[in-house]
Amino acid sequence: MAAKTRRYSARDVTVLVIGLGVAIVVNVGLIWGPTLASVGLSATGWNGIGPIEWVGARNYHDLAAEYPPFWSAVRNNLLWLAFLGLVATPFGLFCAVLLDRRLRLSRVYQSALYMPVVLSLAVVGFIAQLVYSHDYGVLNAVTGLGVDWLGDSSINIWVVMVAAGWRHVGYVMIIYLAGLKAVDPALKEAAAIDGAGERQTFFRVVFPTLRPVNVIVLVITVIEALRAFDIVYAINKGRNGLELLSVLVTENIVGEASRIGFGSAIAVILLVISLGFIVTYLSQLFKEER
Amino acid sequence: MDRRPPISRRNLLLGAAAFGVPAALAGCGSSDTPSGGTSSGGLGTVTIGSNASDEIPKKSLETQVKAFTQGTIKINTVDHNTFQENINRYLRGTPDDVFTWFAGYRMQFFAQQGLATDISDVWREIGGDYTQAFKDQSTGTDGKQYFVPSTYYPWAVFYRKSLWEEKGYEPPATLDEFTALARRMKADGIVPIAFADKDGWPAMGTFDILNMRTNGYDFHISLMGGKESWTDPRVKQVFDTWRGLMEYHQPAALGRTWQEAGQSLAQKKTGMYVLGMFVAQQFPEADRGDLDFFTFPEINPAYGTDSIDAPIDGYMISAKAKNVDGAKALLKLLAQASSQNIATELDPGTLAASSKADTSDYSALQKRGAELVSKATHIAQFLDRDTRPDFASTVMIPSLQSFVSEPAEIDSLLVSIEKQKANIFR
Repeated sequence: MAAKTRRYSARDVTVLVIGLGVAIVVNVGLIWGPTLASVGLSATGWNGIGPIEWVGARNYHDLAAEYPPFWSAVRNNLLWLAFLGLVATPFGLFCAVLLDRRLRLSRVYQSALYMPVVLSLAVVGFIAQLVYSHDYGVLNAVTGLGVDWLGDSSINIWVVMVAAGWRHVGYVMIIYLAGLKAVDPALKEAAAIDGAGERQTFFRVVFPTLRPVNVIVLVITVIEALRAFDIVYAINKGRNGLELLSVLVTENIVGEASRIGFGSAIAVILLVISLGFIVTYLSQLFKEER
Repeated sequence: MDRRPPISRRNLLLGAAAFGVPAALAGCGSSDTPSGGTSSGGLGTVTIGSNASDEIPKKSLETQVKAFTQGTIKINTVDHNTFQENINRYLRGTPDDVFTWFAGYRMQFFAQQGLATDISDVWREIGGDYTQAFKDQSTGTDGKQYFVPSTYYPWAVFYRKSLWEEKGYEPPATLDEFTALARRMKADGIVPIAFADKDGWPAMGTFDILNMRTNGYDFHISLMGGKESWTDPRVKQVFDTWRGLMEYHQPAALGRTWQEAGQSLAQKKTGMYVLGMFVAQQFPEADRGDLDFFTFPEINPAYGTDSIDAPIDGYMISAKAKNVDGAKALLKLLAQASSQNIATELDPGTLAASSKADTSDYSALQKRGAELVSKATHIAQFLDRDTRPDFASTVMIPSLQSFVSEPAEIDSLLVSIEKQKANIFR
């Protein structure tokens, strides 16, 4: 093996340096640089103007022990992930399976379910306000209830997740639908001939062949859950029960507040949570390749 | 004409290259160079960074600067909230010469960071047009002036005269009378106090006035400055009083915007509303004459009704201003009563800061507002302008919202505010 490494010509080396070099510069400059800067800043107290003061782990202590929105944000992010993963995604799969059976008007259902996907989540946030508003919302008007859907911090996260799920279902459905169309009908036929029921055919034969699609959907679901921001920001700036880590980062860093060190600490927490999922996913992926 | 040689496409392009392009470039450049006003004053172009993104304030500023003859004005308007949120980066980057901002602590904070230009010399000329209260609000912690007040608006308790006459309600003078009135309204099937805090800041107005009535202006400002403890019994007293009034507040406040609450007042569904004079915007033109107010009633006789919130808007010069002379000349113009009268005429929710302003054209509401402010010994700027911006936005907004949703949990809330305050004011 060692002898073979000498085979690179000068030209090869140049190409390698340029090819790899550009990628490394971009990678370091746009990904690793900012990431490490965030980690570094999270150990400082800085208002964006004055001198940068080193404070060690103080920001982490402050946010975990004395910043009430932090824990509700962590809880809401995890709830968001659980809701999209356990409710919205399976429901999207369910819709896709139903639509794949060529029902009458399936095109209409398909369009209706897919429609919300073309809306940005911020727009979904505005629509949610028209539905849930206490004083003029459709929901209270139709049902005659007087519930403060968006203002009551014990229920608002749930109704907002339903609104976010409304969009997510369509997204997941269309991906699964494409996957289902690609499943070889011969497989289903064979299963039927072997005497498998509908349920068995789906779980034992069709679902396993959807594996690549499942991976994509899983990744999309995790990304959607962690980057959720616009919908709660549109509704009430992500306060009062709708806190999310992404909102707290923005609130502390971007706003007039300029608690850059403190906001970076929250960003690092979000990074750690994301890394947990990314590492699990990648290690699964590499394990298979071997 | 018929002797003119035909112009080929190629020649046309060459011609364009020879004359057209420089001309076009000159054309681009000329929008930045003096074009409108005469440059006889020789002060060149003054740029203004403006947060007046709403139609009326925008028009108001444009009209005011038309009178500037010593140079040309270029206004860069940015969305109001965006401007506010980016102020740090804006002032450190390449700010305009003059920028719109707020008086009090909010101004001092940036002056202290060295991001504003000292305009004490401008104040030596315009000082006579302002009362001491306005001068104090324009003065930095170093005793120099950094701000020129333009307009302001008071906070009070607003109501509809017609509804009150019909039901026979009278403006209360004390907290007991206020509570009794609220009880009566409730019995009459009206929600006594309109309330909304979805945006997080309107509840600050209620807190401010309760604190100033209970503990006085000096304690309030000192509390805002981070010098008092939030677990102090005096602060607890404020929240206790507020909790006692909570049953008369419009429920579900955290899901409602101030605009919706303002409309409920206009529709006579609610009896009164603690808000700034801008609540008038939610009233149809025809009903504005029916809108009246009284100052929040006395709680502690030691302080009576001597303080109110009346946030002042105005102008500052950035530390990095390129045209300081032009900017100072512009501030002198904006400080003039005639400029401020343009604003008060266009926007009935504001009052002119200059004492020389002509109040004869004021609407009835504006006249009452000016009278209210002139009677106040102390003028506060509103919670988010009287304290550090990070404390107001990341601590007070969530804390007041949590109080509104669970008014009984006062002690734990105050402990939490105090801990977070200590983290920010260190």
